Amino acid sequence: MADKITLEVMRYRPEQETEPTFQGYEVPFHADWVVLDALNYIKDRLDGSLSYRWSCRMGVCGSCGMMVDGEPQLTCATFLSHYLPGPVRVEPLRYFPIMRDLVIEMTDFMDKLQRVKPWLIRGAEKPLLQGEYLQTPEELDLYKQFSMCINCMLCYAACPVYGLDPQFIGPAAIALAQRYNMDSRDQGSEQRLDLLSQHDGIWGCTFVGECSKVCPKEVDPASAIQQYKLTATKEWFRAFLMPWSAK
Amino acid sequence: MAKRSNEPFLWLLFSAGGALAALLLPVLLFLYGLAFPLGWLEPPSYQSMLTLISHPLMRLLLFALCFLGLCHWAHRFRYTLYDGLQIKHLNEVIFVLCYGGAMVGTVLAGYLLWTIP
Amino acid sequence: MNDISAHTAYHPRWYRPRVSTYWWLWRWVYLKFILREISSIAVAYFVVLLLLQLRALSHGPEAYAAFQAWLKVPQIIALNSVCLLFVLLHTITWFNLAPRAIVVRVRGKRVPDRLIAGSNYVAWLVVSVAVAWLILRG
Repeated sequence: MADKITLEVMRYRPEQETEPTFQGYEVPFHADWVVLDALNYIKDRLDGSLSYRWSCRMGVCGSCGMMVDGEPQLTCATFLSHYLPGPVRVEPLRYFPIMRDLVIEMTDFMDKLQRVKPWLIRGAEKPLLQGEYLQTPEELDLYKQFSMCINCMLCYAACPVYGLDPQFIGPAAIALAQRYNMDSRDQGSEQRLDLLSQHDGIWGCTFVGECSKVCPKEVDPASAIQQYKLTATKEWFRAFLMPWSAK
Repeated sequence: MAKRSNEPFLWLLFSAGGALAALLLPVLLFLYGLAFPLGWLEPPSYQSMLTLISHPLMRLLLFALCFLGLCHWAHRFRYTLYDGLQIKHLNEVIFVLCYGGAMVGTVLAGYLLWTIP
Repeated sequence: MNDISAHTAYHPRWYRPRVSTYWWLWRWVYLKFILREISSIAVAYFVVLLLLQLRALSHGPEAYAAFQAWLKVPQIIALNSVCLLFVLLHTITWFNLAPRAIVVRVRGKRVPDRLIAGSNYVAWLVVSVAVAWLILRG
């Protein structure tokens, strides 16, 4: 096996350039190294000016998402050996504005997560003395998959609809909304419907399906969206045929 | 908060059209487009065809196929134009051309199915 | 904070690569997606074919014979073959994606995807045989 591999890393330093460039770094190759290890080696030994996000290095925090050879990946979960003999192209997450080097601007994403009201909404809270809200394993199973999202934004980097229309609310936000809609303790689906049943809500989605393909936690946001389309359609017909029945 | 979109209705037409097309189109296109013209199978005679479509339920099915199939195309093609060619700014024109075209085809289908002996 | 909600605010130093009009050519998965969407044109084409056939039928046996002769023209056969391929693409992608939209739970457990897709394929086979029988029995 090789003992070295080259990384072609996108650099963007707004104080000195107006366009991103690529810089090549030769790093040692180890069979058990991931792309994040290579980036950390570059930062520690070769070029301390490289900027990028990372944290847990074990695939649970969602910080280290980047484009590796054109595909959205968690760099802590992507082995260098997969790209032998190299070079490996590392770029910031697609469809987000680039602040510096591999760091993208994610306020839009954070804002969209908030907009779907990702908390349990109750009509009336149960009095404390009545105890907790109980939930069976079957009820948990209804939404558990959608609760596994680590907010890594790989799905947004994979979604061409988001790339073409940044107003599209996006896969993770809808999956998060579904996580609450399908929670037996929640009573807020009507409120979320107003937001989501818009053209830049679920209806912009054309089921490309790439979001689910790149998701490292198998959340399957595409499925969440299609299921929600069915729910929203049923709601539309209910409102159309029985406008007097308010939920 | 913005009023809820009426997209669900169009999506339902799209889905129904897609399902109907998925089930019926392969066999119909294979028979009438390939098997009969190429002589692999004996095509039904003119009289058989008329008998086949004489039943009101058959006419209803064919009408549904035309209407829903065209709605399926209109919806999907509209989004393909938005995303594929990035001409979303022309969305009113696209909307009218797609669904308008589908309605023209539906009216033609209705007329033909009503007037065939 | 809410001001940024409609779209990311302007910032002079952030770099925003523009998405190419040909974004769908740069990845094989995106091209497959566009081909799937293009299959809707084949559906519309079939409806047009059906309308032409109905019109020929309404104009009498000579008109219908002319229509059948037109179907035998090599270019039309080629066109219909291409359309058949797209129609099959539509059918297969439709059935394979159905389980992602239609989630059925029986006694608390989710029905496996391949069962949902499989039942669609079975329905397709049954319908195709029934239609072929109806047309071919003469």
